Amino acid sequence: MADAVFLALSVITIGSAIAALELRSLIYGSIALMGTLGGIAGFFLLLDSPFVAMFQLAVYVGSIAVLILFTVMLVKRELIFKKIEDKRRKFVGIALMLVFMVALGSVIMDSGIKTITTDEPAVDFRSIGADFLTYYWPALILMALILTGSVTGALVLARREDVENEQRTD
Amino acid sequence: MSNELIDFVLVSVALLGIGIYGLSVKRNAIRMLFAVEIIINAANLNLVAFGRFLPHSGGQTLALFSIAIAAAEVAVGLSLIIVAYRMYQNIDIADFRSLKG
Repeated sequence: MADAVFLALSVITIGSAIAALELRSLIYGSIALMGTLGGIAGFFLLLDSPFVAMFQLAVYVGSIAVLILFTVMLVKRELIFKKIEDKRRKFVGIALMLVFMVALGSVIMDSGIKTITTDEPAVDFRSIGADFLTYYWPALILMALILTGSVTGALVLARREDVENEQRTD
Repeated sequence: MSNELIDFVLVSVALLGIGIYGLSVKRNAIRMLFAVEIIINAANLNLVAFGRFLPHSGGQTLALFSIAIAAAEVAVGLSLIIVAYRMYQNIDIADFRSLKG
């Protein structure tokens, strides 16, 4: 059975996931999203994988959430506080969510996953580093190229062409 | 270890359901990006949980790759939202109509 730390973490994670989607202000929503990402990092710590937890904290809470926060601040103020959604779609969306949860949950509860437990020690993070540099090195290089390309593409996309000439004359 | 695999999988299912709700109901582009982030995190939680209970290092390795690719996706998605906001002065995806024939 689950212990108290797990229950507290799941309440924080799921509650702030709902808050991120439902809070009226986008700024508070992105701060609640930070709570969700931090809660997932806590789950990673419970699963004895501190390396992935620290990676999650550094990449998600440290950079992605702050990037989203800055993008929200670039948007007009009345758009930040306006809720844009279809009233008709809301009930259909809630029904779809409940159908997904109940169907997937009952399938999983009936499957053999329920009986899986382990007494073996956790995977050492040194073996992850060894895997990265031996078996997965082409994937690691490809990932670095994809990251470079996507960040360059994002900068090119977000560039403003109309102010470029003014800056050149300065 | 007192927590079982089924607990983590059920939390992941709940996060997936919340993300699907957000993607289907919200029309705000930034909130839809929030929902995509929540779904990606549910997938990562599944990867690490199954990797812990096998136990095998492949789950954590794949989760690390997934986190890095998600960072790239968010950078491109946010810059697309900024470009669309500059063109339409709005972040409602029902207004982004120039591809709609």
